[in-house]
This record gives sequence, structure tokens and C-alpha cells, in this order.
Amino acid sequence: MKILVCITHVPDTTSKISFTDNNTKFDSSGVQYIIGPYDDYALARAVELKESNGATVTVLNVGTSETEPTIRKALAIGADDAIRVDAFPENGHFVAEQIAHIAKENNYDLILMGRESIDYNGGAVHGMVGEMLGLPSLSPVMTLDIEGNTAKMTREIEGGKEYVEADLPFVAGCQEPIAEWKIPNMRGIMTARTKPLNVVEAVDTTEKTELKNYELPPEKGDCKMVDPDNVEELVDLLKNEAKVL
Amino acid sequence: MSSILVFAESTDGKFKKTSREAVSYAAEMGGDVTAVAFGDIEQSELESLGNNGAGKVLHAGDDKLNQGVIQAYATALAQAVEQTGSEIVVMSKSSLGDAIAARLAAKIGAALAGNVVSLPDTSNGFVVKRSIYTNKAFVNVDMKEGKKIIAVKKNAVAIKEDGGSATVESFSPDLGDSDFAVKITKTEKAEGDILLPEADLVVSGGRGLKGPENWDMIEELAGELGAATGCSKPVSDMGWRPHHEHVGQTGVKVAPSLYIAIGISGAIQHLAGVNASKVLVAINKDPEAPFFKAADYGIVGDAFEVVPKLIDAVKASND
Ligand SMILES: Cc1cc2nc3c(=O)[nH]c(=O)nc-3n(C[C@H](O)[C@H](O)[C@H](O)COP(=O)(O)OP(=O)(O)OC[C@H]3O[C@@H](n4cnc5c(N)ncnc54)[C@H](O)[C@@H]3O)c2cc1C
Repeated sequence: MKILVCITHVPDTTSKISFTDNNTKFDSSGVQYIIGPYDDYALARAVELKESNGATVTVLNVGTSETEPTIRKALAIGADDAIRVDAFPENGHFVAEQIAHIAKENNYDLILMGRESIDYNGGAVHGMVGEMLGLPSLSPVMTLDIEGNTAKMTREIEGGKEYVEADLPFVAGCQEPIAEWKIPNMRGIMTARTKPLNVVEAVDTTEKTELKNYELPPEKGDCKMVDPDNVEELVDLLKNEAKVL
Repeated sequence: MSSILVFAESTDGKFKKTSREAVSYAAEMGGDVTAVAFGDIEQSELESLGNNGAGKVLHAGDDKLNQGVIQAYATALAQAVEQTGSEIVVMSKSSLGDAIAARLAAKIGAALAGNVVSLPDTSNGFVVKRSIYTNKAFVNVDMKEGKKIIAVKKNAVAIKEDGGSATVESFSPDLGDSDFAVKITKTEKAEGDILLPEADLVVSGGRGLKGPENWDMIEELAGELGAATGCSKPVSDMGWRPHHEHVGQTGVKVAPSLYIAIGISGAIQHLAGVNASKVLVAINKDPEAPFFKAADYGIVGDAFEVVPKLIDAVKASND
């Protein structure tokens, strides 16, 4: 079984978000980058499947050379090799085109990624890749087991879950609790240095959207404190001031 | 503006609130609004989308379309786009909406913008505002491609109600086996509860509640308010509450009018899932809890003392 895990390289969840150049560029100074948390789940499950069912795991990232430490971390966690498409991940459509191009050449049985990236929150790449490859796609996948040529999964729906089955190959957007995140160990970190990381050029795509500028939400006002011995006041404020009750 | 197509998501034969928001959004843009609905839905419910601004509803009532079959919906919507000559497709952002929007965009070669919080500004191009970095920022994007798909973030638009009624036409998309390659074998839903992702009021508990046995008071407060219940990640990780109640960056993202957080510290990952709420209330015994920085109203106190009093106060105000 050949598994492709697509990972994003995104600001750590605690990052303060700010912009430069007249709000046209993300300010990455002081920002720590990580594997997208949802992608981390996909990767962890792929590594488990490699251990239980036998598989090769390739990680793919569309990104400039700055993303290599993030890719090496994925290798340390247990992926066998990596591909970096050397381009800035302009938007979801661009990324999906790159993934689909790589996937067409390599015939993977499973293409896994997170349900969405935590920077642009688009949640669209898995579906686009599925469509581009003519494969079934589904998201958000909460559990995934492979039996023969069939995958048995559960998918989150609002307020519950659905049990689904699909034959390989397919594309899935993953989320917890599909697997426990894996932390690289020393051996993993050492071997990651020597695992192959192939850098390939991006294919041309037509731009469908154009980024104009960023905005930050308005500053938050102060929190109004209510005495714990006077909770009636809170109900009154919610009713008459905030008008939400 | 020309014809706008709206995917109107439903559960158990009823349109979701977010579908009414999507129809209202499309109507606000101007032009002819046609909604597409799938599965077993009664005539009066279908017609009711007219109240939100749809002139027409295309209804594909085939039993096979009763469940969230992503591919089949995307194929059917592509055919509806063709049939109505629509340039713009609107839907609401949800786990199903995202998956369908993505497939549809690739299928019809459209530009896609998700998490949209504003009407398009057409004064110079077709610019929409999207929420990004889990509500910590916005980006304005110009949708350049001829066909455009907009997935609207929940609670970003007001629902329009003008007493109208839509005409309903039956719609029979041409679907093949591959559209049903993902087979749904069983569906499990939380019974009777108010669904968290769509709730207008949410009462949420964190690790400060010490154990699952103390959730009675959270449920009672939620019951009095008519609210859904939620929790922080460690609470669902420890199995005190079901996974689908876990709110935050890696859980459900909510955008209710009121979110009450009890015994939740306000870690940035939790706030990421709730910061789109209109009003945030924090109840925490630690005056330094980070939640107070994000909250609109706060009470520093022990949940085991404050919540019972709050239940009484809500009861009194309900009477
Ligand atoms: C990548 C990543 C993603 C994450 N995603 C999420 C997510 O989606 N959602 C999420 O919630 N977390 C998430 N987390 C975890 C998050 O960082 C916090 O650990 C978590 O939110 C803390 O939950 P808590 O506030 O319930 O518990 P704690 O941090 O233990 O806080 C408990 C709070 O209760 C208060 N308290 C204690 N006793 C009482 C009492 N008797 N009365 C009143 N108050 C009391 C304490 O003062 C404290 O503030 C994520 C973490 C990471 C690294």
C-alpha cells in the first residue's frame, strides 16, 4: 500500500497574527511554524497503518525551502520519503493542482491530509484533489481502518457521525481522534536526515482568485465583571444590555 | 446580476438555519435565486425558502440523496449550474458544504472562496472578505474566474424573511455508480439535543468542573436557557463528554449569540473555536484566567457556587 500524506506548514496555534507592507503580507517574524494540526493526525494514522498493514508513507508539501524543517519533522515521525513542490502555496486551488499532478504520476492507494489548514481554513484541498483525480473524497474522517481493498471509516456530521465504506484509492481529510499525534524520537530525528527529500518544480495553473489585502478584527473592549454574589445582574445584563437572552 | 444557485443543506427533512442564511445572502446580492435541495423534504418546507428570498427550488427527492453523499451532490449541483445558467453558487460553510464546494469548484472550473463573512464588493472586481487564522484575521480576495462559488460562514449574515413562497420543481440529476462510491452504512446522531454547531446559545464546561458527574448543573443551566452544551478538549479527551461536544481549534467551531464558558481557562486553541460568538461570558475561580481577556462579561468565582445561583436567576427571569 502506498500512502501520500499532504502536510501544511503553518504558524503555531498560539501565534499572534499580524501583517506588514500595508496589510498585504503576513508578518512571520517571531512566528514558530508547525505541521498543520489536522495534517498531524493524518500523518500519525498513516504511520500506524504502515506499522499494522505494511505501507510506504510519502509526505508532500507545497512550499518554499523554508518548509524543510517541517518536512524533516514529518520524516522523523515515520514517513519514508518526502516531496516538496517548490512554490509558495498561493491558494487552495493552486495546492490541489500540485498534489493532483504528483498523485497522477505515482498511483497512491490512499491520499490523506487534514480536514483544513489552520491558516486559511479553506477545507477545500481534499475535495479538489479527489475531483481532479476522479477519486472519491471524504472529510472530516474521524476513524480509518483498511480491510483488504476497502476502507472503513467514520465521518463527523453535525451532532453525530456516519459510518462509511469506500474502496481504495481515495482521498480523505482527517481530524481527531483518528490517531494520537506522534512525537519524533531521537532515532527518528537521526534517520530523518538521510531520508530522501525530492524537490520538484510546480506545474502551471491559472489563478482563479487574487489576494487583495488582510484585515485584523477590531480591538476587544474590557470584560465587565459581575459580583459572584449578584448573578442576577449577569442575567439582567445579558437580557437588557447585550440583548442575547 | 444573473442567476444565483444556492445549495440548501437539510437534516431530517428540515433546512438548516445556515441554509436560510445562504439563501438570504444570495437574495441580498440581487438576481434570480434558485435553491437546490436533496432528499425527503415536504412541499411546505421546500416552499418556505421563498421566505428567505429563493424564487425557485429544484428538488431532487430520490431516496439515495437523503444522506450526505458528497460526490453525488457535487455532480447534481454541477448539472443544476448548467441547467440554470448560473454564474454564482452560494452555500454555507459546514463539513458537508466545504467538501461539496471543493468538488464542485474543480468540476466546473470555478473560483472558490470559503468562510466568507461579507457580501461581494463589485465596485472594482468581485471582492469578498474571508475569515482566516481561525477568526484571528480576515483576507479580501478578488474572485476572478467567470464562475464563482461562495461558502458563507455561519451567523455572518442576517436571515431575511419577507413572507415569500418559492415555486418547487422536481429535479432528476443524471448520476452514476461512481457518484455513490462512498457508501454510508449507518448514521448516529445525538438524540433530542440542540445541535451544537448551529446553536444560538451555548453553555460549555471545562476541566474546572472536576468530573463528568458534575455536568448535571451544566445541562440544567443549558436547559433553562434553551442552549446546547459544549466542552473543552481535555474534557472530551478524558471521556467526560462525547467528542462532538469538543469546542475549539481542533473541535467544533461555534458562532452563537451567547457562549458561557464555565471552568475553562481560555487557552488560545479553545478561544479559536468560540471567538466568533457575539457575546462571551467566563465563569472561573482564577481571576487571572486568560478567558477574561476575551470575555465580554465575567464572574470570578467557584463554579459549584455560581452555577446553581445562575440557574435560579435564569429560572426567575424565565417566569
Ligand atoms: C494544537 C492544539 C490544539 C488544541 N485544540 C483545542 C481545542 O480545540 N479545544 C480546546 O478546548 N482545547 C484545545 N487544546 C488544548 C488547550 O491548549 C487547553 O489545554 C485546553 O483548552 C484547556 O482546557 P480547560 O480550560 O478545560 O482546562 P484547564 O486548562 O485545566 O483549565 C481549567 C480552568 O478551570 C478553572 N477552575 C478550576 N476549578 C474551578 C472551579 N471550581 N470553578 C471555576 N473554575 C474553576 C481553572 O482556574 C482553570 O482556568 C489544544 C491544544 C493544542 C496544542
